[in-house]
Amino acid sequence: MEAFTSLTAIAIPFDQVDVDTDQIIPARFLRKHRSDPDYASFLFNNARYNDDGSEKEDFILNQEKYRHGQIIIADENWGCGSSREAAVYALLANGIRAVIAPSFGDIHYNNGMKNGMLPVRLPIIDCNTLRKQIHEVPGSRVAINLLDQVVVGPEGTNYSFDIDPLHKHCMVNGLDDISLTLEHEEALGAYEKKRQIEAPWLY
Amino acid sequence: MAAPKTIFEKIWEAHEVVKRDDGQSLLYVDRHILHDGSFHAFGMLRDSSRTVRQPDQTFGTPDHYASTTERTLSEMTDLEAREKVELLAANANEFGIHHFGLEDIRMGIVHVIGPELGITQPGILLCCGDSHTSTHGAMGCISFGIGASEASHVLATQSIWQRKPKLMRVTVTGQLGFGVTGKDVALALIAQESAACGVGYAIEYAGPCISQLDIEGRLTLSNMTIEAGSRIGLIAPDDKTIKFLEGSEFAPKGRKWELAVEAWKDLPTEEGAEFDKEVILNGSTIAPMITWGTSPQHAIRITEPIPDPEAEPDNEKREAMKRALTYTGLEPGQLMTDVSVDRVFIGSCTNSRIQDLRLAAEVVKGQKVKVWSMISPGSGKIRQQAEAEGLDRIFTDAGFDWRHSGCSMCVGLNGDLLNKGERSASTSNRNFEGRQGPETRTHLVSPAMAAAAAVTGKFTDVRTLMERR
Repeated sequence: MEAFTSLTAIAIPFDQVDVDTDQIIPARFLRKHRSDPDYASFLFNNARYNDDGSEKEDFILNQEKYRHGQIIIADENWGCGSSREAAVYALLANGIRAVIAPSFGDIHYNNGMKNGMLPVRLPIIDCNTLRKQIHEVPGSRVAINLLDQVVVGPEGTNYSFDIDPLHKHCMVNGLDDISLTLEHEEALGAYEKKRQIEAPWLY
Repeated sequence: MAAPKTIFEKIWEAHEVVKRDDGQSLLYVDRHILHDGSFHAFGMLRDSSRTVRQPDQTFGTPDHYASTTERTLSEMTDLEAREKVELLAANANEFGIHHFGLEDIRMGIVHVIGPELGITQPGILLCCGDSHTSTHGAMGCISFGIGASEASHVLATQSIWQRKPKLMRVTVTGQLGFGVTGKDVALALIAQESAACGVGYAIEYAGPCISQLDIEGRLTLSNMTIEAGSRIGLIAPDDKTIKFLEGSEFAPKGRKWELAVEAWKDLPTEEGAEFDKEVILNGSTIAPMITWGTSPQHAIRITEPIPDPEAEPDNEKREAMKRALTYTGLEPGQLMTDVSVDRVFIGSCTNSRIQDLRLAAEVVKGQKVKVWSMISPGSGKIRQQAEAEGLDRIFTDAGFDWRHSGCSMCVGLNGDLLNKGERSASTSNRNFEGRQGPETRTHLVSPAMAAAAAVTGKFTDVRTLMERR
């Protein structure tokens, strides 16, 4: 996966609670392979395009100022619902590298971490402030420094955030955690032996 | 004396292989289930030249793309969907995992066949690349949905990194009334607490109403836990759990069965164990529920009017309610019993088990459907059981389309969808915008309520239908 250390980019305010992964990528596109040349168009497809394929003008991603945005500032419970990792693939296909929200669907949060799309939890009041500031000056940039765990708002305010050290380590180094896990091969083998003795009915 | 423990803590601690100082634990995965949407995970495994660590603990069945009209691969006309079903079979063959193909009687929805075949057992840790993996928790295990990368990790290492979630107990007090099911308990909870109340938590369901529920009802409740934002919904095993599992294909046999049952009896939460959050739901006041909006928290008793967004103090929630009403084409104050339906769907990992079909059949018996209605049993075995009981005749005589098993119209990946603008009564789990097709409107109900909508052509309080008989 692509490493993530820091990013300064146009931020997109997404004013909606409970944005589920069905909205992020409708189910009919899940059968498509990631290499599909149209993959980027699957993102928010129902909200983003008319039946004839033309863009719905009022949808935020279609607005000129936000077209090259790479950071979404969201509301509560972003990415709830289905476990589809394709929601992350579709965001990445559009150049979105981070989502800042007060809370995330737990599975979507992990899927982001595994794919170099950084989910950042900030308090709801800070997310509201950031969205308001961006609406006032569309096209504003927000900076994220993962090494220092800081988000810098368009007006220069710093917001620090928490992240699991393990997640941070993998994200900063672009590591897949399987190799990391396999360093614990001895412990895994020992566990399996013990489990067979303690719960023989499972084998 | 050691502090009293919850069932969750007991199972969690028994599965910790490595515990890092930063709070992440490497957990052992006893059982891993995959489906025809898991092709990304197998692809990643292959790309990294890795293999499946414990194929004998790994199971696969096609459900998301499975056709509900055809039961052989050669008959499947949707070639992209067929490719997914074939891909799972090829991956299962290559890596040597258990596989129940389209033509196997044991095939079905992953969250139905896990418990049904005894793959799911109390005390285990189970993962599956599907958010409704919370379902299996009703059997007294830790079970949660994962993404494709995580599934690839589980395939390769039979383990997964997790941070221990906080713990919430939902106690459902009182007694469930006539016509009230596990589905109604789930919707009542989410309506009371919100669709995000469980984010970051594992939930344990307890109390007299949970004991009252049969295993099917408990599986429905645990299934809907993800709609409350939590990936894990546990219920302590009891005699019903043990009876449900006994004799199933992958459940232990003989001496091993005795050992297992003995161990399972030690699992329930001990008196005095502490939870990070306690929620009380009065089961006696729950009625058959229905959703009016685009989130499972937009749920009301069938007897109640649709709420007025103007009465909602929170600005964002108010906007979400208005947006939902615009989408569903309904008005504040309206009664759902005045709203007609276009189609009825009974099925999905939420409500497709034999008891669900029996409850629906009871309502349908001797009636005719007023609108197009379909029913997709949760597995080949359930379909067979229903046919042995004559339920299929009750449904087909009434005009139902009696289908094969699959995720079907819950998610529509196999092409089972509503037409644009249509409104459904659906026993599935998500009423999200566009869930059953673009611009379609989904109203979540129990199987009995869906059956009542089928025979009346509108949303109907099933209790009024049944009391009249």
